[in-house]
Amino acid sequence: MFADYTWTELGSIFAMQGFAGLILFSVFVLMALGLAIIFGQMGVINMAHGEFMILGAYVTYLCSNLVEAYAPSLFGVYFFFAMALAFLAAGALGALVEWSLIRHLYKRPLDTLLATWGLSLILQQAYRSIFGAREVGVSLPNWLLGSVPLTDIIEIPINGIFVMVLTFVIAIGVYFILFRSRMGMQTRAVVQNRVMAGAVGINTEKVDRHTFALGCGIAGIAGSAFTMIGSTGPTAGQLYIVDTFLIVVFGGAASLIGTIASSFAISQAQSTMEFFLSGSMAKVLTLLTVVGILMLRPEGLFSLKIRR
Amino acid sequence: MTSLKSFMSRQELLGLLVIAAVLFVVMPLAMDIFRLNLFGKYLTYAFVAIGLVLCWGKGGILSLGQGVFFGLGGYCMAMYLKLEASTPEATAIQSTPGIPDFMDWNQITALPWFWEPFNSLTFTLLAIIVVPAVFAFIIGAAMFKRRVGGVYFAIITQAIAAILTILIIGQQGYTGGVNGITDLRTLKGWDIRTDEAKYILYYVNGALLIGVLVLCQIVLKSKLGRLLVAVRDQEDRVRFSGYDVSNIKIFVFCFAAVLSAIGGAMFTLQVGFMSPSFVGIVPSIEMVIFCAVGGRLSIFGAVYGTLLVNWAKTTFSETFPELWLFGLGALFIAVVLVFPNGLSGLYQSYLAPLVDRFMGGKGRGSDPDTSPPAADLTAAPSAKPAE
Repeated sequence: MFADYTWTELGSIFAMQGFAGLILFSVFVLMALGLAIIFGQMGVINMAHGEFMILGAYVTYLCSNLVEAYAPSLFGVYFFFAMALAFLAAGALGALVEWSLIRHLYKRPLDTLLATWGLSLILQQAYRSIFGAREVGVSLPNWLLGSVPLTDIIEIPINGIFVMVLTFVIAIGVYFILFRSRMGMQTRAVVQNRVMAGAVGINTEKVDRHTFALGCGIAGIAGSAFTMIGSTGPTAGQLYIVDTFLIVVFGGAASLIGTIASSFAISQAQSTMEFFLSGSMAKVLTLLTVVGILMLRPEGLFSLKIRR
Repeated sequence: MTSLKSFMSRQELLGLLVIAAVLFVVMPLAMDIFRLNLFGKYLTYAFVAIGLVLCWGKGGILSLGQGVFFGLGGYCMAMYLKLEASTPEATAIQSTPGIPDFMDWNQITALPWFWEPFNSLTFTLLAIIVVPAVFAFIIGAAMFKRRVGGVYFAIITQAIAAILTILIIGQQGYTGGVNGITDLRTLKGWDIRTDEAKYILYYVNGALLIGVLVLCQIVLKSKLGRLLVAVRDQEDRVRFSGYDVSNIKIFVFCFAAVLSAIGGAMFTLQVGFMSPSFVGIVPSIEMVIFCAVGGRLSIFGAVYGTLLVNWAKTTFSETFPELWLFGLGALFIAVVLVFPNGLSGLYQSYLAPLVDRFMGGKGRGSDPDTSPPAADLTAAPSAKPAE
């Protein structure tokens, strides 16, 4: 399949597909970070994670429309507060869900899976009733449009660069929250030993709620970023949920580095193969490889050494 | 009667008789052939739900990929029927007569090798059992031998369901793509589309279902069934007693897979087509809810649960299409939070004592695994430190 191309063409193809892969990588990382917090740290399966992401996307869509209609002068920067709003909205919904649903089910992970699936169906239908079944897109401010020519054949879209920078910033942020802040310390303490954490005065229920809300909020930001590179529909979240779970499991459930590494591997493999094979075969091969590796090495790429 | 009593209590025998009466007498009398065929379709899902009772309710292994096995069984059957429908005479207008129509549309000029054996009915019937069993064995052996279970198993089976769907849709020329394999007509020259055939298929389906129920009852009452429940509740103790836990799990997973495949094959026969929309993530997880609504611990409950949820789905999505997804979502949540043992749990706590008194029984048989354990304690994810 490589024979039809010259070396320079092949190089450019890999560069372009590699870049397309990087955008996919950013979306995966943003989605998987939230999930890694909820699943990796708390052990809760949140099948509605994709719907939290879509909530963020719809919030951004509403902001874009409102700003365009009432405050066109702010249009250049609306994205930043749209993103903050998306974080707050998804986080608030997350806290509500944790309080009403998840906290009753910490001992029953498989049941959480079913309950959150039910939640995802309800949210999907709610989006469909409110925003309509059609996919919606946001209009981007001018400074995000266009692309940067790198060489004669390679061009890099600006919104892609923006999404990647955003991903980088958020990944660093999550690292600081989890490993360098008081809240993160309490979260990890509760995960490692709930009873002892409670005994030293940590309010474990509050920590659970905050952790869950944080994970959902990051999903909201992911949705916000997602609107820049694609359109949003009520069921768009479901398309990503399996990939995201595989990424988190593949990376090693409790490892942030693992999550990022496996997002990178999966997105690059998929987008590079997409050029040479059909999109569906690329996806099948990627997922099959991941499942195969997971069968051989169930603990994922990066696993914590713990005694069980 | 001693041999019967050894694997069936009075209650369970009554349950089986009631199901048989509903299937063979009440439903055919109460419904026209269109509705009956529809309920026959629902009953094919009941095979999957029964498999899930064994696998998930009794064994604590939640598979979110039962649609895969349902699909494998269904596709095996559909391939045979499609080949029979694509005789050179019937497909004379194609550029390559004698191959299924969708292959012709996709510029495939010869029958692919893996379609060849499906010319034989014997092979097809064997394949319906063997293909899913082997597939389930590979997945099960890879996972359970490494002591992967709980949530991880659920996620991986779900991923497999996703992969198979994408593969079927992507390989249009070999599988019929998103439309599936349609326009199936005859089985060994016997037209499956007539009303008479639909009646016969309904009864065959019902008889198979009763057979499967009896078989499951035998398995559950055997030593293996006891071990299965023991593995769910105290996996390590079973292991320390010298049993190979993974083999027990592999067996029940394969068993559930074969049941699903039988359901899939009957589905194809009764509905007349098979498509990837019965394979993927969404149908697979819906099959879990059939089982959960009926009661994850009761094989009889699973049948009623399947019928009830599907009937509700058809009724509501006809009249209030928007409300249905809300209803289904709420059902998922309610079945987990409010009544974790489903219909059979409600029956056990409210109706069973009355029935018992009516029948003059001396209290219920001491049956440890029908008492409702609300929490499935089995599902500790393997990579998570103990709390």
